[in-house]
Amino acid sequence: MPVMTPLAITAHTATTALGCGLDAQLDALRHARSGLRRNDFGNAALPCWIGRVDGVEDSPLAADHATWDCRNNRLAWLGLRQDDFLARVHVARERYGPDRIALLLGTSTASIGATEQAYRQLDAAGDFARDPWHPGVHAPHSLAAFVTVALSLEGPCMTISTACSSSAKVFASAERMLRLGLIDAAVVGGVDTLCDSVLFGFNALELVSAEPCRPFDALRNGISIGEAAGFALLERVEAAPDAPRLLGYGEASDAHHMSTPHPQGLGAELALRDALVRAGIAAEQVDYINLHGTASLKNDEVEAALIGRTFPAGTRVSSTKGFTGHTLGAAGIVEAAIALLAIGHGFIPGNLGGSAPDPICGPQFAWRNERRRVDVALSNSFGFGGNNACLVFARAGFSA
Amino acid sequence: MSALRVCVEGVGLWSPQLGNFAALQALLCGTAVPPPPARPAAAVLPPNERRRAPESVLLAVEVAGQAVAMSGHDAATLACVFASSHGDQATTDYMCRTLAQAPAELSPTRFHNSVHNAPAGYWTIATGCHAPSTAVAAQHASFGAGLLEAVTLALGEQRPVLLVCSDTAGSGPLRKVTGCTQPFGCALVLSPTPGEATLAQLALTLTPLRMATALPEPLASWPDINTSAAALPLLALLAHGHGCCELGAAATLGLHIDMEDSA
Repeated sequence: MPVMTPLAITAHTATTALGCGLDAQLDALRHARSGLRRNDFGNAALPCWIGRVDGVEDSPLAADHATWDCRNNRLAWLGLRQDDFLARVHVARERYGPDRIALLLGTSTASIGATEQAYRQLDAAGDFARDPWHPGVHAPHSLAAFVTVALSLEGPCMTISTACSSSAKVFASAERMLRLGLIDAAVVGGVDTLCDSVLFGFNALELVSAEPCRPFDALRNGISIGEAAGFALLERVEAAPDAPRLLGYGEASDAHHMSTPHPQGLGAELALRDALVRAGIAAEQVDYINLHGTASLKNDEVEAALIGRTFPAGTRVSSTKGFTGHTLGAAGIVEAAIALLAIGHGFIPGNLGGSAPDPICGPQFAWRNERRRVDVALSNSFGFGGNNACLVFARAGFSA
Repeated sequence: MSALRVCVEGVGLWSPQLGNFAALQALLCGTAVPPPPARPAAAVLPPNERRRAPESVLLAVEVAGQAVAMSGHDAATLACVFASSHGDQATTDYMCRTLAQAPAELSPTRFHNSVHNAPAGYWTIATGCHAPSTAVAAQHASFGAGLLEAVTLALGEQRPVLLVCSDTAGSGPLRKVTGCTQPFGCALVLSPTPGEATLAQLALTLTPLRMATALPEPLASWPDINTSAAALPLLALLAHGHGCCELGAAATLGLHIDMEDSA
């Protein structure tokens, strides 16, 4: 496989339980302040902790977007308005034309919360109430269909929904479209919101912790579910030589089980190796890895073993799920944003919640915040169905 | 942009009226074809998986298996793209109904079957495929968007790719919202280079969306009752062996597809 021509990340943003925009993420990470709270979502709240974004309910869509109104699209709209992202997309649209910009978004459940709500309010005939009648929100493409209208884009537009790797894989699809000349820029990202489907679903699988999640802790006992929105604008490096870069990506399938990772992390390792080869770097050149690290028993065991056998002691790794919760289909873009913060600010976020490290974790784990120059940062994202993705980011001017 | 050129090496198709691509070819020639058995066989799945897999998985695996068998490729080596506008509607209906009535009783198996990439998961597990797999949606343009993703994967990575696009019929109150009243699934194996298995060479270009190519009867109304049947203009083109067609790839974007003379 030839080494990939890097792409410039000319704008990016993230909104999570830590707050709206990159500054809020950075501030909470620097002060080791978790965004998790006791579950206060929904009618029959499970006894668990969640990463909920404040203000979603108070962030209505513009009147002419009312047919897309639902909690997930409100979070999308809240997220789009951070970090000057709308203005940066506007500039790209003027420069390239709306048909030369792709919109590729990841989500695991899109606006299923709106469908859940419709089922709680069926009319006498057992049908969805006609008011409000918003059929578009009852489909997996709801998020991207709304955002393409909100951003006035007219290029390729697609939802990727591979559970918790969704918004990592959008970077790979965008790179291929750019390389083949279909487009000149891509808006990528993802949004997932809290909903009963995931809270009660993961609970049914006995994967939800009753306490704040503890990734890679010896006593970890499950995930804390979060919600988030994140976006990035990708362009060719010539358009922005000083912007941080997407250096590579890897994708692979476990071929093992629908809801349990491969016991030796085979798919995760294939995705990682694919990413390093495509980026043209050796494992020794990786400064920081934002791990998938969900705090599920199996994921963390498999991922820690992969790190231990692949990277030298000096590589720094951590999960930031203790800050944001597991934001599912948005985890890829959120953790891409955190990897870019590590590069931009010379900062390794500590693995919050790992107070009694699992002995399987090697010397690579950063249990507390560290200051350190980061030239190359990876992000791992693994999903149900054995769907694995790994992203490689680097500072501008990095040369392997 | 210059046209994206890709070769078709296998075609799969299943609907309650047509059990495979040969049945579509016969139908278009005016020959009456007997309907297939009521349930897709999905013979690639091991029997225990076939029993617990939801209908969306059976449908996707059935058409994928047909296309891969026609292509002669080892399924384990193919990158795969699974497109669907609505995912498994019976599972969505079950989930939302249970959550409205007794959320704590939600079935863990039906939850993990509810992910949009369930067909990709079952398929890669059944075939031992470690290649990249993805699951996409694009409302009425799911086939066109999935085709674009599969073609860019085939050309960008220089490897053969399996594309599946399928939707089940709606269940419960969701049926009136999605408008899907019958299942439809299709699959293509696409290769960046011509080979022995090449059935057709396609040249694809992006265009502003015009009308999708009209279909002959009795197919004309199928895309109205299943979004995945938006693939039919291309499938009919492949059956005829020459010509061109247009499909939706996004809300305002179309795909113009020319079938080129085989080398």
